[in-house]
Amino acid sequence: MSLSAQSLAQIDKEVAKYPADQKQSAVMAALRIAQVEKGWLAPETIEFVAGYLGMPTIAAYEVATFYNMYELTPCGRHKITVCTNLPCQLQGADTVAEYLKKKLGIAFGETTPDGRFTLKEGECMGTCGSGPLCLHNNHTMHTHLSTETVDKLLDELK
Amino acid sequence: MPLITIDDQQIEVAAGSSVMDAARVAGIYIPHFCYHKKLSIAASCRMCLVEVEKAPKPLPACATPVTDGMIVRSHSTKAVEAQKGVMEFLLINHPLDCPICDQGGECQLQDIAVGYGGGASRYAEAKRVVRDKDLGPLIATDMTRCIHCSRCVRFGQEIAGIMELGMPGRGEHTEVMPFLEHHVSSELSGNVIDLCPVGALTSRPFRFSARSWELARRKGVSPHDGLGSNLALQVKDNRVLRVTPVENEAINECWLADRDRFSYQALDSDERLTRPMVKDGGRWVEVDWLKAMAFAAGALKVIRDTHGAEAIGFIASPRQTVEELYLFQKLARALGCESIDSRIGQADFSGRRAGVEWLGMALADLNDLDRVLLVGSTVRKEQPLIAQRLRQAVKKGAQMNVVHCADDDLLCRVANKLIARPSELVGALAQVAKAVGAKIDGLDTVVVSEAAQAMAASLKSGEKKAVLLGAVAQQLPAASELHALADAIAKATGATLGFLVAAANGVGGGVVGCRPGQGGANAAAMFAAPKKAYVVLGAEPELDAADSAAAHRALAGAGLVIALSPFKTASADYGQVMLPVAAYAESAGSYVNMEGRLQSWRAAVPPRGDARPAWKVLRVLGNQFGLTGFDQDSAEQVLAEALPDGEATVRAKLNNEIADLTLAHLSAAAGIERLGDTPIYQTDAYSRRAPALQATADGQTGHAALACGALIARLGLSEGKPVKVRQNDAEAVFNLLRDDRLPDNVVRLASGLAAAVHLGPRFGPISLEKM
Amino acid sequence: MSATYTGPKVCLWTLDHANPASLETYVANGGYSALKKILAERTPAAEIIEQVKISALRGRGGAGFPTGLKWSFMPRGYDGDKYIICNSDEGEPGTFKDRDIIEFNPHQLIEGMVIAGYTLGAKAGYNYIHGEIFELYQAWEKALDDARAAGYLGQNICASGWAFDVHAHQGYGAYVCGEETALLESIEGKKGQPHFKPPFPASFGLYGKPTTINNTETLASIPWIMRHGGQAFLDLGKPNNGGTKIFSISGHVNRPGNYEIPMGTPFADLLEMAGGVRNGHQLKAVIPGGSSAPVLPAEIIMDCTLDFDSIAKAGSMFGSGAVIVMDETTCMVRALERLSYFYYEESCGQCTPCREGTGWMYRVVHRIEHGQGRPEDLDLLLSVGSNIAGRTICALGEAAVGPVQSFIKHFRQEFEYHIANKRCLVGA
Ligand SMILES: Cc1cc2nc3c(=O)[nH]c(=O)nc-3n(C[C@H](O)[C@H](O)[C@H](O)COP(=O)(O)O)c2cc1C
Ligand code: SF4
Ligand code: FES
Repeated sequence: MSLSAQSLAQIDKEVAKYPADQKQSAVMAALRIAQVEKGWLAPETIEFVAGYLGMPTIAAYEVATFYNMYELTPCGRHKITVCTNLPCQLQGADTVAEYLKKKLGIAFGETTPDGRFTLKEGECMGTCGSGPLCLHNNHTMHTHLSTETVDKLLDELK
Repeated sequence: MPLITIDDQQIEVAAGSSVMDAARVAGIYIPHFCYHKKLSIAASCRMCLVEVEKAPKPLPACATPVTDGMIVRSHSTKAVEAQKGVMEFLLINHPLDCPICDQGGECQLQDIAVGYGGGASRYAEAKRVVRDKDLGPLIATDMTRCIHCSRCVRFGQEIAGIMELGMPGRGEHTEVMPFLEHHVSSELSGNVIDLCPVGALTSRPFRFSARSWELARRKGVSPHDGLGSNLALQVKDNRVLRVTPVENEAINECWLADRDRFSYQALDSDERLTRPMVKDGGRWVEVDWLKAMAFAAGALKVIRDTHGAEAIGFIASPRQTVEELYLFQKLARALGCESIDSRIGQADFSGRRAGVEWLGMALADLNDLDRVLLVGSTVRKEQPLIAQRLRQAVKKGAQMNVVHCADDDLLCRVANKLIARPSELVGALAQVAKAVGAKIDGLDTVVVSEAAQAMAASLKSGEKKAVLLGAVAQQLPAASELHALADAIAKATGATLGFLVAAANGVGGGVVGCRPGQGGANAAAMFAAPKKAYVVLGAEPELDAADSAAAHRALAGAGLVIALSPFKTASADYGQVMLPVAAYAESAGSYVNMEGRLQSWRAAVPPRGDARPAWKVLRVLGNQFGLTGFDQDSAEQVLAEALPDGEATVRAKLNNEIADLTLAHLSAAAGIERLGDTPIYQTDAYSRRAPALQATADGQTGHAALACGALIARLGLSEGKPVKVRQNDAEAVFNLLRDDRLPDNVVRLASGLAAAVHLGPRFGPISLEKM
Repeated sequence: MSATYTGPKVCLWTLDHANPASLETYVANGGYSALKKILAERTPAAEIIEQVKISALRGRGGAGFPTGLKWSFMPRGYDGDKYIICNSDEGEPGTFKDRDIIEFNPHQLIEGMVIAGYTLGAKAGYNYIHGEIFELYQAWEKALDDARAAGYLGQNICASGWAFDVHAHQGYGAYVCGEETALLESIEGKKGQPHFKPPFPASFGLYGKPTTINNTETLASIPWIMRHGGQAFLDLGKPNNGGTKIFSISGHVNRPGNYEIPMGTPFADLLEMAGGVRNGHQLKAVIPGGSSAPVLPAEIIMDCTLDFDSIAKAGSMFGSGAVIVMDETTCMVRALERLSYFYYEESCGQCTPCREGTGWMYRVVHRIEHGQGRPEDLDLLLSVGSNIAGRTICALGEAAVGPVQSFIKHFRQEFEYHIANKRCLVGA
């Protein structure tokens, strides 16, 4: 198990941000980068990252399980995380969420049988003024969602 | 020193103390779970909340520093209300089935909960259920009971030096677990059983065999490494069912190594010898003690009368008691024999030693060292609790320097290291000696490497320093030269020279004279030039000796072998008399540990079957010969005779100096050589027979031949495949595994294992061949 | 006062310019001049701290601790590394102001961190950015590169010979990391679990070194204060509450968003700026300072001004200035259920009262919402809450309790109706 040269270069760049004897500080970034490459964090991926940073594997696993945005099981090509927290809820997040569930035929936490979509319920994304909103594959936010914009978004995600 | 008032009691405590520390000084108990005096402060269980005057909220006693004039109430209405609140939270998701919990009766949660009364639960929701984890053969889990105190996790990180358990997850989904399904492998793992305040982590071998209140607790001393860890042998119906530590800050603190904790299983081994037996016409027959003694004495007398007393070899295990070893050598000498030894694993006896080798300091001093030079030791597996002490020293800033034959992970930061083949070790240490300017002849040709230079710089700085010789350093064929070099380095740097004594009574044996006298043979010579007869006390020479093949050959070829042992050993094959003696927990006795401390104990359980304490057997043997001075009535009497001034007698004999030695092994041997150190659970008759220990990962090591990838490739062999190992004229087949921590041209093939008996010495030329 | 504010803004003024985030825009409008001046004049740290004290800048992260005072806690003459941390972990439901500073005025934040670094003698700074706004993490990395290229960061800042650098650390989905000690653990590459104070970060912070942690908006205010003086900043707001402040308003308003207005502005004005309650509905309740702040019924909040003191007097918390507006269609049980779920889900799980108590409270509220409530549940909730509050390691415990206690306090009959009728009073 290893990661691509590109991912490793990215990880090295993160490691360089911290004092030389504090490589473990880069574990969150390294797991993020690994997840982007692999789609999810398999045990051997976590083991690799831990080894790369010279930290106990269980400590890397602790990190991977503590922060919500890491996926510890295989995930659809497109992970859609909808914020349903109170401000978004007041602004119509539940309607959007119901619409997504119906349209994809899955509940929160599930993946479509074709492996294209995974739907997740998220907590506050710090962008409440633009809700309802969702996060695509952790890194791209789509705001001001309505049934129409949801349709458009899903069409674009192949 | 701040003056504080706690529960109306005024006390002065050291600055920097916590309220918890202060309460302990004042003898006030504040309930707690996550707090443990040897671990970092988590302040997470919140059970220790107390009222502090002027503080708006209750504060955790464990984490709140005292300030002058502070007024603390640990039992006020406010404090108790807070504590009760926490207790309610702890119990809502905890099973309330103490009667079927293995911790029942010794559970902190149960104890404290009872103290708080608490009526019916207000919690009407479903209780949490947590999947159990398989942590291996030593620790049983019942994870639903876990109260998240994190003691087990902190223990791994801070004391064992290896984080095997963690707490993945978040919130109430946090669970204590290893990564994937890994078993815990730390040689100190069993301590989490004691640390766990509830029944989440319990002893697997003990599981459900008794309730805590049915157990009598008897004090004992561990028979394994040279610490003499203090044990509570927990006994029901005359059987030891469990072993836990007895706290002794000077020795084992509140810890035990797994070997100390679980080897009691051997007391119940199927291999226990329970009746005296003699070989009659090639068949073993059980006889009564009288007959057995008469037979043994008669047979010995014949040998002595026909071949002289020096035709007999007296060899003992260094894990026998002071009393036993004393009477053993007394008997030999009374019979006129000087071939006596308990240094069974040692190969090199050259040079003139000034006294009995010891640690050179107190165990507790190890924690305060600034500089360490560790020579030929995988201390973690040899004396796990010394490794722990050194780890604490390193954490405080000590520099650890290592000269060894394998780059084993010591689980602490290593400042400098020199990893060399066994035959190169003298050369490696000579470099350090030269670099520190040690006064010893023969260093002219030595070329000092950068690592040795760095080590020298390390050793020349700092205040408290030690040069420590480990098991490999003591067992190598050039052990005396290492000794002399270490001595010279210590003198040149102001360090203390110490021996990490491998056996519980290694020092005691020397102190009571279990050593060859004028004209007598030492442990190695006794087997190299075989004797006609052997008296073997507690040892398994074919496993324990420096040259197992020679030992086996000598014993098998002798006309008479009399074995005094708690077990049916290989002497069942080659011996003529087997006398069952009490195991370590079954008789009174004493050990002298590596710091020269004398510790005595009483029997915790009676000996198995007809077994008798070995000192009694030896006394009766003396009587059989009609010798005088063999009429002691008790172990105490023997001890008083052996060490008339107790520890003072011991101390007078301790000395680590060596003289009359020239460095003859400065250049390495050519070719591939064996590194035959002894795996942690093969060191003695007890650990070899403890099934739970054998089932651990450490119990499995040593059953394969290990070599680095480069060597495997050069020899055209493949890892994971069987390989033929040849040493001298013998050969054996082992699985070949890769271990890149080994230097090139080294094959690590354990000693102490039945499969390796015929191969020969622990160190020396060896070859590998494709099957 | 009319419901518009046209006076000076401290943080989001760049929005009045094209390319608000660019280095050029920032520099063209006086950006980095405060830093240059300080470095050129070697302004003594004590003088800078004095100005910050005069400004009455209070921490914008929620607790409102006076920034000048906090800075004075950093040990002087300590020979070792020190750190300055910017807390952009903004994850408190309702709060979305720091993201706009990073998006629209990153250089002012950089300048603020560098000045802080200079003042406190730090070796480096880290900006901890909320996980879900990854696009802004990338934008921030670019802003750092620009600043480095222009000599505002790095080995030789503004040719002064002084070195300091700032890095980004990306969160990945854990609200509790906004708590300062959890944030430090997280930067160290561990689970984000808070630890008990003392020791405080000022003596034992990142990697065990003295560390100061401030909110994004707090640090972004520093260059303004140094450029215009502490008094000018104080004069923007009201005594003890200096400056303008970004209010994030969300929920049932016509124009949710960020509004930077003076401290002490009446709540009614803010509501008006945000377009009023949506579609002509009636105001029912407002959470004035982020989800952890106790909810206030309409009649109380309408009398408040937006500053620490007024909101505290009304029985809630000014917090991070995140205003969540609810109209009369809102079911308070359902709203509380969602908030309770949040705290239950986000509890780090370390300390007993929070780990066990947040789950307990959520389950009871959930039962009530789903028609399984019992008459004794409300008192049970209050009692469980009081067993959590004040007994945890960090303030998340209290944060979880605030909503429960205040929702029941102000809307008890709605809860009782749910329990008795197994359905909702609102829209019933
Ligand atoms: C659970 C919890 C979450 C917090 N989240 C944030 C946050 O997202 N951003 C923030 O600046 N402060 C947050 N804080 C407050 C910080 O602990 C800290 O007080 C603040 O960053 C200090 O900066 P300031 O003095 O500039 O306000 C949080 C506190 C708690 C207890
Ligand atoms: S209060 Fe909650 S979040 Fe804070 S330390 Fe305790 S368990 Fe963690
Ligand atoms: S013992 Fe103090 S909080 Fe656990």
